[in-house]
Amino acid sequence: MAKEILQIKDLRVLFPIRSGFWNRITDYVRAVDGVNFSINEGETYGLIGESGSGKSTTGKAIVGVQKATSGQIIYDGLDVTKAHNRKKISYNKDVQMIFQDSMSSLNPRKRIEDIIAEPIRNFEDLTTDEERKRVQELLDIVGMPSDSIYKFPHEFSGGQRQRIGVARAVATNPKLIVADEPTSALDLSVQAQVLNFMKHIQQQYNISYLFISHDLGVVKHMSENIAIMHRGRLVEVGTRDEIYNHPMHIYTKRLLSAIPKVDVEHREENKRHREEVEAEFQHDQKRWYDEDGRVFPLQQLSPTHWVALPKQEVQAQMKEEK
Amino acid sequence: MDRQKDVLLDIQHLHTAYRLSGKFYDAADDINLTLKKDEILAIVGESGCGKSTIAASIIGLYDHKNTKVTGDILYKELNLVGLNENLFDKIRGNNIGMIFQDPLSSLNPLMRVGDQVAETLYYHTEMNEQERHARVIELFNQVGMPKPEEMYAMYPHELSGGLRQRVVIAIAIACKPEIIIADEPTTALDVTIQAQILDLLEDIQRQSHSGIILITHDLGVVAETADQVAVMYAGQIIEKADVKTIFGHPLHPYTRSLLNSMPQADDEEAADLHVIQGTVPSLKNMPRTGDRFAARIPWIPASAHESKPVMHEVAPGHLVRCTCYKEFHFQDQPAQEGAGA
Repeated sequence: MAKEILQIKDLRVLFPIRSGFWNRITDYVRAVDGVNFSINEGETYGLIGESGSGKSTTGKAIVGVQKATSGQIIYDGLDVTKAHNRKKISYNKDVQMIFQDSMSSLNPRKRIEDIIAEPIRNFEDLTTDEERKRVQELLDIVGMPSDSIYKFPHEFSGGQRQRIGVARAVATNPKLIVADEPTSALDLSVQAQVLNFMKHIQQQYNISYLFISHDLGVVKHMSENIAIMHRGRLVEVGTRDEIYNHPMHIYTKRLLSAIPKVDVEHREENKRHREEVEAEFQHDQKRWYDEDGRVFPLQQLSPTHWVALPKQEVQAQMKEEK
Repeated sequence: MDRQKDVLLDIQHLHTAYRLSGKFYDAADDINLTLKKDEILAIVGESGCGKSTIAASIIGLYDHKNTKVTGDILYKELNLVGLNENLFDKIRGNNIGMIFQDPLSSLNPLMRVGDQVAETLYYHTEMNEQERHARVIELFNQVGMPKPEEMYAMYPHELSGGLRQRVVIAIAIACKPEIIIADEPTTALDVTIQAQILDLLEDIQRQSHSGIILITHDLGVVAETADQVAVMYAGQIIEKADVKTIFGHPLHPYTRSLLNSMPQADDEEAADLHVIQGTVPSLKNMPRTGDRFAARIPWIPASAHESKPVMHEVAPGHLVRCTCYKEFHFQDQPAQEGAGA
């Protein structure tokens, strides 16, 4: 059994809604509403969700840019939702982030050298020469030419910028990288480049990834374990095989059936299947969600497979499958 | 001739050039395309390959000072290139509808969505106010908006992304156009919404028998919806065929590489994805002679390429640019004799 590097326990992030004359808090947006999962060392954990499902908020809470309302994130035996704990165990050095939009996540006024060196300067005490050597190494890893240290972000293409983002994230030898939609702004061939680099770096340095994306194809390519998020809660958790080949929750099935497939021969069948799933989803909301429209608590099916359905529903589905 | 009658749009030798620091550069280079009735023609390519330029040229939405369009775009008998603006205004929105990528920026934030649909009708039909209102409700029903009467009075920011895109589609189809140009209609949407919007487009096409030009970078979307496919690279069409051929027997190196670099939801092993070497040249630095893709497949000998690549019809309806496809093999595969022939 692989070692767990990060555990997330009942994480909640609520955003207050203020209204009325006194501008008092009248309700909350439950962006992340009781999420549990854990990431193993050296593996990629995929977090899938549609826009507004709370997947990015989860990622931000893990890195510590977003304060968690309640719940725990355990790293190295300490709860890192508290800032002083993060400082104590060099959590901020060990956990880095790759952002979606490489243009707005790189400072346009800084040269690449300063951009990549910034995390190194924060955590390590290197001389100028050592630092430059380090930056060169990092650029080598992501396959960028060595003269790019003198350039500015706007001089690069989208794929190159994203690779600079990857280089910056690995600069401090992190153990976990939260990658929030790292390739969704990129073209297909460039996406392939960035994903390959991320995989190579992972094998070389034994990094774990939390790979947040809405693209089920990319997540399947990258991750071993996957969680599907919907309305701030996890709908289904499992290994790649369990999620893609034996989905239990209607929402997972719906997502899977909606991916456009490069399968021209079976176009009509795919469409019919999609319509069936959609009809099932629309028809009986009560079966899948509770009275408030929230996702049910997770039920365990196998050591790795969890699904958010009431008990009797799980049993009924099990029978169906047999 | 019957075949001739079905052709809605016939693009011949279209060149669209943009002015960059005083000089004109062809962003769309010698484009030949035909769109028939009852057909979805997909134009696929990566960003900067010129696919949106074609759309802008057809519908005449470009900066007339800094853009030079030559060639012919024949809508039935009428040439849209250099057409008088007053005449164009009658066609745009009426005979040719356009669906844009980002519904939030293509809708007016200060106008109720119902009025925005009615505006098109105001310009192109002689309906009175009641008739227009009734038609908008009918359109909202057609594009699957729930509670159309309530939706009429909403502002764009009050609607979700999927609903906004439905409004944009309602505007595009308001005057029952014969041609609909959809420029990345689902890029900004979630997969489930994307599936709904694509189904909607197909339904509309089936009912109205119009021709749709679908511009996208998503090969999955193409495989699910298109009838005919044109693949573009660096301003040129490099392969053109029906959808089954493109995905079943792609020939051009670029098409094959692109299909290979796609992470698929149903591939089991997590091997490395195929990477196309190098980058797409920018408009200024684009090679104007020889095969534009040659620089990205350097292991293919120069003798395999044509000096002036032209489209070859390898099978009826299947056109491929350049002869290099005959000798093309992926770098990690050994060369095969007559792989493409």
